[in-house]
Amino acid sequence: MYQMTGADLIVKLLERQGINTIAGVPGGAALPMYDALSKSEQIHHVLCRHEQGAGFIAQGMARVSGRPEVCLASSGPGATNLITAIADAKLDSIPMIALTGQVPLSMIGTDAFQEVDTYGLTIPITKHNFLVRSAKELLTAVPSAFRIAMSDRPGPVLIDVPKDVQNQMVSFEEFPDVVVPDAAPSFDIAAIEEAARMIEVAERPVLYLGGGVIHSGAAHMAVTLAEQASLPTTMTLMALGAMPMDHPLSLGMLGMHGARYTNYVLEEADLLICVGARFDDRAIGKTAEFCPNAKIIHIDIDRSELHKVKNAHVAIAGDVGQVLSELLPRVKPQLRKRWLSHVESLKGRFPLAMPGVDNPRSPYGLIHAVANCLDDSAIITSDVGQHQMWVAQAYPFRRSRQWLNSGGLGTMGFGFPAAIGAALAAPDRTVVCFSGDGSLKMNIQEMATAAQENVNVKIVLMNNQSLGLVHQQQNLFYGKRIMASRYERPTDFLKIADGFGMRAVDLDPAPNPRATLAEALNTPGPCLIHATIDPNEFVYPMVPPGAANSEMIG
Amino acid sequence: MSEQNTNLSEYIPDVPEHNGFTKVVLELGVANHPGVMSHICGLFARRAFNVEGILCMPVGSGETSRIWLLIFEDERLSKMIKQVEKLEDVLYVKQHAGEHPVFGRLDEFFQ
Repeated sequence: MYQMTGADLIVKLLERQGINTIAGVPGGAALPMYDALSKSEQIHHVLCRHEQGAGFIAQGMARVSGRPEVCLASSGPGATNLITAIADAKLDSIPMIALTGQVPLSMIGTDAFQEVDTYGLTIPITKHNFLVRSAKELLTAVPSAFRIAMSDRPGPVLIDVPKDVQNQMVSFEEFPDVVVPDAAPSFDIAAIEEAARMIEVAERPVLYLGGGVIHSGAAHMAVTLAEQASLPTTMTLMALGAMPMDHPLSLGMLGMHGARYTNYVLEEADLLICVGARFDDRAIGKTAEFCPNAKIIHIDIDRSELHKVKNAHVAIAGDVGQVLSELLPRVKPQLRKRWLSHVESLKGRFPLAMPGVDNPRSPYGLIHAVANCLDDSAIITSDVGQHQMWVAQAYPFRRSRQWLNSGGLGTMGFGFPAAIGAALAAPDRTVVCFSGDGSLKMNIQEMATAAQENVNVKIVLMNNQSLGLVHQQQNLFYGKRIMASRYERPTDFLKIADGFGMRAVDLDPAPNPRATLAEALNTPGPCLIHATIDPNEFVYPMVPPGAANSEMIG
Repeated sequence: MSEQNTNLSEYIPDVPEHNGFTKVVLELGVANHPGVMSHICGLFARRAFNVEGILCMPVGSGETSRIWLLIFEDERLSKMIKQVEKLEDVLYVKQHAGEHPVFGRLDEFFQ
């Protein structure tokens, strides 16, 4: 027989689920949970400077570990500040548990101090959510939250716990079992056989990998499939690293900022094998003109993604890894010399142009210079904007979970706290966050957290004193009318880092920027690496939003 | 706007028209607790999928409820049903013809 408060029970259940680190910000309605945490010897609490930072730190941990990680906030503004990070986790299918304090049950609905309808607000941005109305309910709600977050297509789950429920005593006989993911849905072998036949008879097949391949831990099987059937392979932003960028079959990233040859290859495809991807508009451009001549095989664990954007000829609802393990022995080895040599010639004629790649003071050059200082064990995160697309195009990603970025929601401010989370989850790795001056300012307060935790995170700041991608679109699509995308007043980021207790180096005055960069990257602990870049450098090629992928400019 | 600008200007796809006239009745088995209705209605509202009628009552001991929805069929219906089925609190979804009698005798309350 156990007896304890709801708050103590929450902490015990998190411990039993293997949680060692929680990112959060305390507040009135979360105080019983914080009191319970003070008694935990297992859980290290990372005090963040803003709840959104806590949400992204939990995401960074989850994106590296592949299992649900926890963020914690109080009611009202604490909960609303978490919302962006929760929505971000939903769109990128990241397992995360958001715990929020709530005003006492009797005060819900009275507009009490720091009361907000957290449950209602988070319905459309969570995989599932709970408003717990008794301490006893925690015995099912907390394990269910973990099970839901990590089963099938992963996602965020929120548990809102009123303060009186946290304080309520609960007695119970046994702790609930530690939960594991539900078994993935079973699928039809006949569909696998049909898919294998389609791959066999296709003349110009392309393999299209999405984030589901990473979530399923199936990258090696996807690469084996590509090699076995000689399939040129493109990856979405979320799947970069699933196949090494330098693999001879890799076409790199597709879509809005994909290389010309990649989008041209897709246009010629007669079979598209979509694995764990969802035909996002940034990836496929104008739907009707994407792979216009291709039959489609679509494999995804989420049935609602099948036939959602493009009708599939063969649709298989199942875990990507399980499906591929059934598909692989049925796919005949082929060489496809003609198709592969055609792909090679398109690659030769329409390669990704990387102007300035040898100059570490230009965007591509800086990215390559960073990559040259690191090995594949490093984790790379990015914020959102031009720098994100340059990194996605140019960084030599070679493994799953090497690349963390906000793909679906496109949240500026993601990269730095996610990097802190990555470093907490993998303390033996170097974590590099590519950022821009616009994005970095959106969660810059977490420099204090990074300094406090002494995490091995390096921010590579590409500073163009602009909201670069907005600036680019205004130049290209709005008659060069630059509105609200240039920061008139420069910010001294070096002083800011210094003020937060974080080391900072400036590549601008450095006589040998490569050497300065290498020294900074190889010195343990958090560091800001500042580099000014030209605001008139644009990301090319670019598919205008809503246009077909064949209509690239630049 | 110059010729070149027109060519480069952002293309935004038209909103597809969804004028369905055939009525469909959906029967949903759901967990019975506050908030379930919000989850379901939110899915329809976000996609501007018109729900003509809603009925909901607890079933048996009250652990579960049954929700009846009267909607106009359109091309998105099968996608909509898949979204509803994904909700954790939705146990099953059955599709019935629009003439299903569940809404039939309610007319007198809407005179």
